[in-house]
Amino acid sequence: MAVLGHLELAKYPFLADAGGYLRECGFTLEQLADDQDLKPIRDQAFARVAAAVDEGKVYRPSIETGSQLPREVFSFLLAVVLLKMSGARHLAKKFAMQEARGAEMLLERDLGRARTASQVLLATEIIRDLSGMGIQKQEEHFVVPVPEYLRRAVTFHAREWKLINRRVESGLVYLTPHETVRLIRQELVNYIVSRIEGAAMPPPVPGLQGFAGQLSAMEARLRPKTVVSSGEFAPCVKHAAKTMADGDNLSHAGRFLLATFLLARGHSISDIVPYFEKAPDYKKSVTLYQLEHLAGKSGKGTAYRCQSCQKLKTLGLCHEIPECAGIVNPLQFGVGR
Amino acid sequence: MRPPDASFIRRCMKRYYFERFDMIELPSDMPKREFGFRRADSGMVRHLQLHDSADLRVLLLQAVPLEVYVSNARYLLPSQPIPEKVWEDAHLIFDIDAKDLDLECRPSHTVASCERCGHGTSGPCERCGHRGIRKTSVACPSCMRAAGDQADRLLDILADDLGVREGVRVYFSGNEGFHVHVHDEQLARLGAAERVELADYVAFRGMLPERLGVARDGASSLPRPSEGGWRGRFAREVLGSKAGRSRTAREISSGGYDAFARRVEGMTSGLGVRIDPGVTMDVHRIFRMPGTVNGKSGMAKVPCADLKRFDPYVSAVVFSDEPVHIRASCPVSFRMMKRRFGPYANEYVRVPAYAAAYMVCKGLAHVVE
Repeated sequence: MAVLGHLELAKYPFLADAGGYLRECGFTLEQLADDQDLKPIRDQAFARVAAAVDEGKVYRPSIETGSQLPREVFSFLLAVVLLKMSGARHLAKKFAMQEARGAEMLLERDLGRARTASQVLLATEIIRDLSGMGIQKQEEHFVVPVPEYLRRAVTFHAREWKLINRRVESGLVYLTPHETVRLIRQELVNYIVSRIEGAAMPPPVPGLQGFAGQLSAMEARLRPKTVVSSGEFAPCVKHAAKTMADGDNLSHAGRFLLATFLLARGHSISDIVPYFEKAPDYKKSVTLYQLEHLAGKSGKGTAYRCQSCQKLKTLGLCHEIPECAGIVNPLQFGVGR
Repeated sequence: MRPPDASFIRRCMKRYYFERFDMIELPSDMPKREFGFRRADSGMVRHLQLHDSADLRVLLLQAVPLEVYVSNARYLLPSQPIPEKVWEDAHLIFDIDAKDLDLECRPSHTVASCERCGHGTSGPCERCGHRGIRKTSVACPSCMRAAGDQADRLLDILADDLGVREGVRVYFSGNEGFHVHVHDEQLARLGAAERVELADYVAFRGMLPERLGVARDGASSLPRPSEGGWRGRFAREVLGSKAGRSRTAREISSGGYDAFARRVEGMTSGLGVRIDPGVTMDVHRIFRMPGTVNGKSGMAKVPCADLKRFDPYVSAVVFSDEPVHIRASCPVSFRMMKRRFGPYANEYVRVPAYAAAYMVCKGLAHVVE
């Protein structure tokens, strides 16, 4: 674990041991809730969560003067308490995301400015604590072992994150500070979420009930959006269906695509079977067995998912058209929110 | 396969597995692997667990399978159906097959024959009227050299870019290609999605012009030959000389970003390694077991220490040279054990067992009872 000073704790308060920090500073939760002198901390804690509701509004801690540092840590810890009291789980996730964005900016700056061995060590240890990813500094870059890079980058859809579009030498991927931090964004969010979820449920503190109530009201406003689908097939699926309709041989992966796509769009197995009837090696019993297996109706009950656009490209099954822009899975084709 | 042919192949295999069991490379952690096999007269049997070499010996000598497979994955419960096996890891495998290289020589050593009776034909069979045609490729040293060159390129990328120098083993597949096995603990833990990225990397698939120094706003700073990774490889193999660099720079300024992007995309097959991505990304596949015979050729999957000197038609020939009487319809000649065989136009001939097995496995000959 990295040994953190007040400045680092103010920047990355989620790394603090909450109970230990309060004890060390000589405070109790009741004091934070009731003490009039500590009202600015309560307001800041509430504002910190409220900021998360406004998309894209990232909380920026005040770390310019030493006296402001403990307030940053307290407001974060109190924000966690308020979220726990309100039971607002969606809000907690949004809060974690926005806090992560803020931390990301600071971490990127720390990595970029790290010149001395101790600065580099501290920044890289923070990253290791947050994500388990081992990084080292080489020249002006940070390097990550290929497997560690891949595990994280495969969740990104922009082509620039493909391994082929990175500098890769001797088993290491070269990254800028910005890219390094972007790579662990999800782990940063997960880390903060786990800190919130893992925090003990605070005892009822009257001074904080009002804030918690307001957060509950905010949570109620976070309704899921309605999804509308045009019902149109993605071009790769149309191509697969046409290959089958023409009686040509479609690869195993192509058949998997057609079947899983149709299943995910709600077609019944008996509706899907005719798509495969003209296959040169068609056998109804085999087709039924395989469709039932893909649908999770046989075997252990695992329903298989349609391959991603990226995987289909690799398999040579992608037939991209301009309308595919922005989708990462054929199932998203023609779907609007 | 007709019963006399199957019986001949079965005898050859049984003798090989009995006399040369030492040729078979047992996998590490054998009880954690899934085994499978296929006999000439039946479908695939898989999800088998073998605990040691004795188990394998019994399988080979009793079932005498045409093909024997083992998983690259290790499982907690290898004999269970895939969703219940509990996957632990799988060493990385790349498959290079000469048939995927679109070589010019291909039509000259590909034989078309009737699926049912084996009569040489390019349309509906004149002998039996069956419409199904089977295309069979016969031994071609230049195909194997080309596949070997691909394997060589792959080894360079694995070493220089991915830093994998230890634990890489190259095998001749037993038919027309190579399997490159990478035993690396970290890479073995990667899932299918990560392996897709590795497959795309070695195949030079998905490269953005920006990575090669060409931006949408027209700015370009092309890579230098001294650079590592794909940038350096691109500079050395595509840009070449100073003149080549200037020509490319002119093309970029006149054609623009999109034209360059199309050009780069078109280079995938020429510059990248021609692997089968479906093999690399599959973490539950079972592969031909090293040292066992490939039922498509009667040759064995064998290790290949030196790709430049490797001659599969000598090193992978494992059956005896006892003469066998066959009726051969092999219109293309081929060499094995430095001897030339064919062409045969539906002829009765006596050839060594290894050549007979090769033609029988390829459906180009039948054993005369």
